[in-house]
Amino acid sequence: MTTQSSLLPIIALLPFLGALVPGIMIRAGRTATATFTAVPTVLALVMLGTLAPGVMDGTVYTMSIPWLPQMGLEVAFFLDGLGLMFACMILGVGLLITLYARYYLSGEDPVGQFYTYLLLFQGAMLGIVISDNILLLLIFWELTSLSSFLLIGYWKHLPEGRQGARMALTVTGAGGLAMIGGMLILGNVAGSYNLTDILAAGDAIKASDWYTPAVILILLGAFTKSAQFPFHFWLPHAMAAPTPVSAYLHSATMVKAGVFLMARMWPALSGTELWFYAVATTGLVTMVIAAVIALFKDDLKGLLAFSTVSHLGLLTMLLGFGTEAAAIAAVFHILNHLTFKAALFMTAGIIDHEAHTRDIKRLGGLAKLMPITAVIGTVAALSMAGIPLFNGFLSKEMMLEEASHTYWWENPWIVPALATFGALFSVAYSLRFIFHVFGGPVRDDYPSKPHDPPAGMWLSPAFLCIFVVLIGVAPFLAEDVVNMAATAVTGHETHAHLKIWHGVTPALYMSIAAVAGGAVLLLLHRPLDAAWIKAGPFYAKAVFDAVIAGCVRLSRAISDTLHDGSISRYLAIFTAATVAVGYVAFMRGEIAPPTRDLLPIPPVVAVGWVLLVCATAVIVLQHHMRYRALVVLGVIGLMISAGFIYISAPDLALTQISVETVTIMLLLLALHFLPKTTPQENTAGRRALDGVIAVAAGVGVAALSFAFMTRDFSSISDFHLANSYKGGGGTNVVNVILVDFRGYDTYGEIIVLGIAGLVIFALMEALLSGPAGARLRNSGYNFDRSHDRHPLMMVIATRVMMPIALMVGVYIFLRGHNQPGGGFVAGLVFSIALLMQYMASGFGWTSRRQQFEYHAMIGWGVVIAGLTGMGAWLSGTPFLTSAFGYVHLPPIEEFELATAALFDLGVFLCVLGAVMLMLYSLSRMARHAGETVNTEPMDYDPSRPRKMVEKGKA
Amino acid sequence: MELLVASAIGVLTAGGVYLILRLRAFPVILGLSLLSYAVNIFLVSTGRLAINAPPILNKYADVPYTDPLPQALVLTAIVISFGMTAVLVMFALGAYLEAGDDSIDMKEAEEKDDAA
Repeated sequence: MTTQSSLLPIIALLPFLGALVPGIMIRAGRTATATFTAVPTVLALVMLGTLAPGVMDGTVYTMSIPWLPQMGLEVAFFLDGLGLMFACMILGVGLLITLYARYYLSGEDPVGQFYTYLLLFQGAMLGIVISDNILLLLIFWELTSLSSFLLIGYWKHLPEGRQGARMALTVTGAGGLAMIGGMLILGNVAGSYNLTDILAAGDAIKASDWYTPAVILILLGAFTKSAQFPFHFWLPHAMAAPTPVSAYLHSATMVKAGVFLMARMWPALSGTELWFYAVATTGLVTMVIAAVIALFKDDLKGLLAFSTVSHLGLLTMLLGFGTEAAAIAAVFHILNHLTFKAALFMTAGIIDHEAHTRDIKRLGGLAKLMPITAVIGTVAALSMAGIPLFNGFLSKEMMLEEASHTYWWENPWIVPALATFGALFSVAYSLRFIFHVFGGPVRDDYPSKPHDPPAGMWLSPAFLCIFVVLIGVAPFLAEDVVNMAATAVTGHETHAHLKIWHGVTPALYMSIAAVAGGAVLLLLHRPLDAAWIKAGPFYAKAVFDAVIAGCVRLSRAISDTLHDGSISRYLAIFTAATVAVGYVAFMRGEIAPPTRDLLPIPPVVAVGWVLLVCATAVIVLQHHMRYRALVVLGVIGLMISAGFIYISAPDLALTQISVETVTIMLLLLALHFLPKTTPQENTAGRRALDGVIAVAAGVGVAALSFAFMTRDFSSISDFHLANSYKGGGGTNVVNVILVDFRGYDTYGEIIVLGIAGLVIFALMEALLSGPAGARLRNSGYNFDRSHDRHPLMMVIATRVMMPIALMVGVYIFLRGHNQPGGGFVAGLVFSIALLMQYMASGFGWTSRRQQFEYHAMIGWGVVIAGLTGMGAWLSGTPFLTSAFGYVHLPPIEEFELATAALFDLGVFLCVLGAVMLMLYSLSRMARHAGETVNTEPMDYDPSRPRKMVEKGKA
Repeated sequence: MELLVASAIGVLTAGGVYLILRLRAFPVILGLSLLSYAVNIFLVSTGRLAINAPPILNKYADVPYTDPLPQALVLTAIVISFGMTAVLVMFALGAYLEAGDDSIDMKEAEEKDDAA
């Protein structure tokens, strides 16, 4: 039964929204921050609570919102039994951890950051368990890796924290990459990326040729995340994290993500030989090895970390068995492990917090000093050992029962024997946790005198211990939850009955053997430990570090060879490769015959062409003489502008010629500070090679454009011609496209231009205040200046021209909608008019009369264009839909009023502001170099001699 | 006519490519300018050439129009390429003033730093 529920996306989103709050509240103190962290968690829990009864009855809640439907990606959530159990675990433990961390973290730690990361992680984890789309699941999966990286490395000042975080990210991230591959295969085989469809297509998937690679890749992801052998080593190193993180991520949630995934995919993937041998064997090996190592760990958290690895191995093994009973046991153990392991981590944190050490060899006798902690720790550890009347016993019995009748390679005793062996070590390290930490005599050499912590710190683990005991004594209480989740895992209804006493079964004997053996091992711990240290255990970190160092060396060798810093070489390779690829593509494809006749060549055009070609040749051959090259560049621009007129592009001609003017001015300004010549540095061979590349590129582009121009093809242009007047209200189609049809593009472009102007301004600021500024001040740039910098003729001429030029600008702007012109050109014309003043009358004189800030002009331009676009919303039409009407005022001819003109005003302001800001910034450089600022408009003041004469008389 | 335009694009491209392969910032800026010319003309030419057919609608007569779309694209491209040139000039100036050299290749500058 499936029901829609819009609560699901809200539940998924809540932690992410909530994550913003603690970051903002960073100064409000620990209690306030923790309280506000709890709010989204509680809200999400309440919402889950409203859905829980339905899920218990077998309803599956779904919600899906299309995201990128073309790629099969949708934001799809679903909540079934397994998802609900995990979601409650994530949120519930999250709440307990929030409380615990409030007391664990010191006031000096950036608590807001911690809670933000915690909520981010919580959201990512929650997303994994309620995603219905595997692509979405992958996104959340990677998010958990990233957020756990932040959490593990939370204490940035600890090198172990940073290294541990990096290692965790490397291992889980690499696994995540493998899993992406696996998931994509799975989605392709199943024909859908929706989990529900994939689970239903289990038989098709198992029959597919792609089953094996998909399983291996997905398992790589799950094994790295759940720290299965041989990827287990990151988890103990991640213990450098603050203990709340370890308790949350490394016992209850993140490391269970891999297990969750295996459980989720269980109907689709399990039940094959490959699944059994890959998953069950890995799990079994992990369980045994980690249990053995755990016994010899002196660090409390290290012991717990390896114990977690061991228990994760147990879960993996159970899921690998592929039987329904094993799946039930796995689900039950997930629940039990969560309760006792989170409690144990928090206990370890309390001990560390109070005694200032986690080294078991320096502890002991804490039962008398911190009785509450001792009770909590003992209860949880007994459960971990699998002692009756605690919940760990129940699921461990079920595991041993399953193991007792599992054949491995037709061998009936290897699995039960190894499982018992692992359980035996598990008992040993659990008992060690109890006796070596809480038992024994009180010592007097603790780094700090331990005592029980404030209630806020022990409440969370105590709460979990209630479950440990409650389920242990009355297992039927957990029956509904386990059945609910197991039904979701196996795909059909399960009826598990959880009991303490199963009668005299093989599992009972195995359990008794484990407990007895474990006790013996603990008694023998001292000599065994000495032997272990003498044997010099193998550290996976060394291998990991060596592999990483090798990778770094390899990539450095590759990148140092390829990226040698020679930009001209990159460009040469890039151009040659582009030409080669184009050539290959051309040779492979077919080209239709030309359909257009060539146009005749009038003599004037031919002359223009000769000028253009000659100018280009001069620039190429004479580019060492920079001024000369620059002047000749103007010739090319001029020819191109003329060419635009000839080929019916008047708007382009106007724009090109005005841009040409400002470009040349800009380059002249720049050249004032740059060397005036380019030294000859290339060898003749290199020049010849570059020449060959250049000619090849030129021939290729020429051929391409010739082929283009001589063939007909259909385009969308006719639409614009047909609708320009009807829909846009203008007869200049180019302008209507700019301000109306493609207004959004134009809006983006003026923003880019504005940003370019601001970038130049900012760069100049930074440059002038740095060493370059000092260099500039000490240079002799200001010596080679003309004696008559502001000639009288020019000053007068530009003043007369100013209003005319502005008038032309206004005219070009106003007529733009119907005739060549518009905001772009008008902006350029205005800036040229202003530039003339700067050039003729000088910087100081002009800028004193310049009333507007250019930055503001850019800003206003963007704002006006944006507001005009938004105005369309008022009439219920999309952004930038234009409106227009015709007005007739008696003395003037009928004229048009269009919102597009307002948009064009924005374009105009932005262009003007950006161009002026660019040139203004460059000219500031000149002043910095010692250029004097003239207050008088002219160097030669015609009125001055008379004054002088009068003064002389007086 | 088409041959002239195509060959002009080719010449500008070849000149531009040759100049951007030089070792100093200024010729590279010149080369990029040439390349922008080439690209702009190329884009306009994708609308095919038409003489005396500007895309200005004529209310009174049914006349042919050239393709307006490439023109609109190129119009903004011209202005943006000015912005790009300006930013490049700024980089070149900054690099020259900071390093005392307008070479674009990092290796030589680094070697110089090492030597100094």
